[in-house]
Amino acid sequence: MHIVVPIKLAPDLVEELEIDASGAALDRTFLRLIINEFDDHAIEQALLLKERGGGQVTLLTPDLEGAEDVLYTAAAKGADRLIKLTGDYSAGVSCHALARALSKAIRDLHPDLVLTGVQAHDDLDGAVGPLLADYLGMPYLGYVAGLTVGDGKCTARKEYPGGLIAEMEVDLPAVLGIQAAEKPPRYVVTSLITQAMKSATIEEIEAGEFDSSGTAPVMRMSRLEAATHAEMIEGSVDQVADKLVAVLRERGLLASQG
Amino acid sequence: MSQDIWVVVETLRGEVMEISYTSLAAGRVLADGLGARLVAVLLGHNAEPLANTLGAADSVLYVDHASLADFTPDAFRRTIAGLAKDSTPRAILFGHTSMGMDVAGGVSLDINAPLVGSCQRVRIEDGQPWYTSPTCGGKILAEGQIPDPACVLTIVPGGYKPEAGRMPGPKEVVRTAPSAALDGLRVSLKQYVEPQTADVNIAKEAMLVAIGRGIQQPDNIALVQALAQELGAVVCGSRPVVDQGWLPLSRLVGKSGVSVKPKCYVALGISGAPEHVEGIGGAELILAVNTDPRAPIFNVAHYGTLLSMFDLVPALTEKIRQARQP
Amino acid sequence: MPIRETFWNIPHWAELAQYALMVLTLFIFTYGVFRRIRRWRLGRPERRTDRMGARLVSLVVHALGQLRTAQDAYAGIMHLAIFWGMVALLLGTALATVDWDVTRLFFGFQFLTGGVYVLYELILDLLGLLLLVGLAMALVRRYLLRPPRLWGAPGRNLAWDDAYVLVMLALIALSGYLVEGLRIAVVQPEWARWSPVGRIVAGWFVALGDPTNRTLHIALWSSHALIAFTFIASVPYTKLFHLIAAPANIFFRSMQPGGALAAAPQVGEPGVREWRDFTWKEILDFEACVRCGRCQDVCPAYASGLTLSPRNLIIKLDAHVWARGNGRALAGEVITADELWACTTCRACTQACPVFVDHLASIVDLRRSLLAQQKADARLMDTLGTVRRYGNSFGKSDRQRALWTQGLEPRIKDIRREPAHTLWFVGDYASYSPTLTEVTRATARVFRQAGMDFGLLYEAERNVGNDVRRVGEEGLYELLAMKNKAALDKCDYAQIVTTDPHTYNALKNEYGLTRPVYHYTEVLERLIASGQLSPTNRLAHVVTYHDPCYLGRYNGVYDAPRRVLEAMGCRVVEMPRNRECGLCCGAGGGRIWMQEAPGARERPAESRVREAAALPGVGTLVVTCPKDLVMFQDALKTAGLEGRMVVKDLIELVDEAMGGGTAH
Repeated sequence: MHIVVPIKLAPDLVEELEIDASGAALDRTFLRLIINEFDDHAIEQALLLKERGGGQVTLLTPDLEGAEDVLYTAAAKGADRLIKLTGDYSAGVSCHALARALSKAIRDLHPDLVLTGVQAHDDLDGAVGPLLADYLGMPYLGYVAGLTVGDGKCTARKEYPGGLIAEMEVDLPAVLGIQAAEKPPRYVVTSLITQAMKSATIEEIEAGEFDSSGTAPVMRMSRLEAATHAEMIEGSVDQVADKLVAVLRERGLLASQG
Repeated sequence: MSQDIWVVVETLRGEVMEISYTSLAAGRVLADGLGARLVAVLLGHNAEPLANTLGAADSVLYVDHASLADFTPDAFRRTIAGLAKDSTPRAILFGHTSMGMDVAGGVSLDINAPLVGSCQRVRIEDGQPWYTSPTCGGKILAEGQIPDPACVLTIVPGGYKPEAGRMPGPKEVVRTAPSAALDGLRVSLKQYVEPQTADVNIAKEAMLVAIGRGIQQPDNIALVQALAQELGAVVCGSRPVVDQGWLPLSRLVGKSGVSVKPKCYVALGISGAPEHVEGIGGAELILAVNTDPRAPIFNVAHYGTLLSMFDLVPALTEKIRQARQP
Repeated sequence: MPIRETFWNIPHWAELAQYALMVLTLFIFTYGVFRRIRRWRLGRPERRTDRMGARLVSLVVHALGQLRTAQDAYAGIMHLAIFWGMVALLLGTALATVDWDVTRLFFGFQFLTGGVYVLYELILDLLGLLLLVGLAMALVRRYLLRPPRLWGAPGRNLAWDDAYVLVMLALIALSGYLVEGLRIAVVQPEWARWSPVGRIVAGWFVALGDPTNRTLHIALWSSHALIAFTFIASVPYTKLFHLIAAPANIFFRSMQPGGALAAAPQVGEPGVREWRDFTWKEILDFEACVRCGRCQDVCPAYASGLTLSPRNLIIKLDAHVWARGNGRALAGEVITADELWACTTCRACTQACPVFVDHLASIVDLRRSLLAQQKADARLMDTLGTVRRYGNSFGKSDRQRALWTQGLEPRIKDIRREPAHTLWFVGDYASYSPTLTEVTRATARVFRQAGMDFGLLYEAERNVGNDVRRVGEEGLYELLAMKNKAALDKCDYAQIVTTDPHTYNALKNEYGLTRPVYHYTEVLERLIASGQLSPTNRLAHVVTYHDPCYLGRYNGVYDAPRRVLEAMGCRVVEMPRNRECGLCCGAGGGRIWMQEAPGARERPAESRVREAAALPGVGTLVVTCPKDLVMFQDALKTAGLEGRMVVKDLIELVDEAMGGGTAH
């Protein structure tokens, strides 16, 4: 069973985000990239499937700052093959462009299952998963939180609002968009990552020219200055608590006792 | 080539999802601004009565087929793409949801149209339609023209109140069969699984106290429980808390959970990420407690404080208790 | 003339049999010791041959002098009485053997004659009595007073082992006196009064008359010999082995300051997976343990009702190694994850141990293995991931590390760009915690007013890794240390100062830096002594001071903070548990990063603030560690003592005395 996990690196929201001089894109000089949280779950789900039923897990990531960390960490957790997608990322890469490039690379890997995060927080043109599935000619199912793999098919738990789950059967090979792995992404101790750095090799595949057609151009980007902002209550714990009680009372929200 | 604005309606077990009304409200803006018709596209089986609340649309395009009784990505994508190829609408609006996101990408490729994701608001500027999409956890806004001749958009809540898109109707229903073949489907529904013991339906509660990552550990929930008790409120939470198992899934507020409309929503240690905030749009009064002054929750809250919840909550609990003494 | 007739009334064959028995005993004894040493050597190698001189001194002070045993007065007297009593009797027997079977046989003279002999008899009689007094004290304590630390040890035969030692010693002493008494009853030497106890015993038997007494004498002499030889032969097979293991353990103890941890081996799985992964010294630790339970008595985790007992931990590990594993998983089964994660690494246990068992080394080793298997608190692993990515435990950008300096005029020197005498290594908590920003700024103010030439590493600082190491993430510690050392290497400074004892410990004892590292109280003390720093308004507060584990027990800094407080005009009242006996606040060992353990009765921090609040007239609890500040502020709330007491960092008082800053 060969599982391929393509991952995306997205801006780390812990850092300050700035808009560049053009006013239509993020300033990439001070950006720090972090693995897309949902892709981290996809890696975890892939590893869980491998632990349960055997197989091979291949990671694919764009050749950006932080890519090697992500790959070696995954190797330390149990991933078998590590691949970097090399190319010119200087202008940023849209989901369409990335999905196209990935599909070329993944086709040659002949996976049984492709797991990827259901979305990333910097997506502007949809998500990579559904587009990738189309380029690969595979079925797609997203918002998956748990799956089991059988013969030529898999059964996935799809999340709907309100906590409702739909169990769907999907023909393999397929692309699944992971919302959450069955367990939170595991922690791997640093010494194992260091060992992986010595023993694992990272392959490279050329992405070629990135084709962004299908993306709507962004003409303006701005930091959100909220139209509304909460009225901030200052003061000591007692003062703030008093004010909140007053607000509640004013609105008739304090039921009297008894 | 029609200039219709299409809104793909999402239904789940006999009910229209709220996101569809939001999408209709957005679609209405585009339709009015471009002088186009707003068409609600409804897929199902024996589901025509669901069109009764789609009066905001000028017309309802209803496709009936056994394979469309429940949502599956393959069947829906083929049907919608087939319809779109025949009718070539100006724009197709999907919900940015578990259903919409499974299908929007494929449809956009099938009709060779660009895809605008996470769109929250639309507007007409100098006769041109524009989209506004929040990104990067809601911290950044991206804007641009909605490309022509056709475009697919996925709509996130928060830009329009669902009430604005919900109207009795419909004005007109056009019933049709799917033009694309619906055999050889690669994804099928086996069964639905109910959420475990929905002990409380938080969607119906008037007072809610919500906890987020800031609670740090489940032992601290007792503190919050005490506050909830004094307020006559129920404790709910955001994704991180439910993922850890500290609250059951039935208490999840947000995109994958429940949309709530309480009279009062106290958000403790919640950053205000879009996935959560979209669930509390209906709250009348939002009080936010968070030590991070830049937390997006303060953009939706009515009152806020930077005090640590561990300092504030016990004091607040006590003062409410005293205030309630007859 | 007084002389010793060693084998009086003993037939020749019995004399020979005794020597044969002695040879047999020595064989059994030697084999037993050999077996034990062979088992130690199955562990991993570890070098403990540094500082030989200090090791020998340690041996004299702690193995012979038993200084730590004497910390508990009753136990000290009891054990020293038994020890020296027995040593004396053993020496006495040895001397008698030499006197009779060496000097007499081969050289034709005896030295146990005349005055020497009677003195010999007197000393032995009295010391034998001392032995009996000690044994009586032991029996009373163990079986009548029954202190909890001597009971409830895991393992079926342990109580028999404990009893065996006391019973055998008592039998040896009693049978010895009976033999002596019976001999005196028959022989009636003139110098009998020099054997006071023997004379009294003789008085009981005189009435029985000669043939009876002779028969009794031989019977008891034989019994005494048998018991004594059994005793010696059984040394390597019972608790008595501590006679060898304890001095060995004391001799080979870690001479590293602050109990610095040994680096983990570079290859293979991290930590200790099976018993063979322990070092020979750790195995020796398990064997040297005499189950006195003092460690359990002082353990804050145990006191708060958690499952960790340092005593039981070592006992279980010893049993496990004896059973050669026996197929059970070490970390997780033999020792549960709960036990291992409950430890705050305060070292109260290793401080209290009379035989210098190093519980911490094994706890950290086992933690390393648990962490590699992801068997740890979820919040802890999240925090480690955060430290790995952001270099701090708060999850904030490294670019925000020096935000606390905003608004300080003039700007604090950037030591990466210009030299300064003192490099102030601020630490995570002081930099990032909103609760502590004002305290950190107050520290800067005081340093300035004292005329210190200091600078910061600003964003180049990373979490020092002290606690990361102690939760078992050795690889992450090495990564952090590498980054910090690279930053330090580029700077020009003469000394490092820090306000955080955890940071202090790692920088001073584990980083291998060439320049001295000080806690801020040490620096302030010197500045006060030299007159560079003097208070403008003397404070009249009555305070109590809490010794942080990593400043006190780990590094022996007790006086500097007290002197600084007094120099500021404060009167320091001591809590009952002070200095080496200070109670840990509960944050160490990564516990501040973990979820509260279920089943905790009274958390250590709460116990501590109650102890402080019980001191009449004391309104301020002074701390010198940022984690203490956070823990005790929280504890005051949960214990309902907010009106009674405040917690302040010592620097705040200094700041106040220097007339600076905003009052709280």
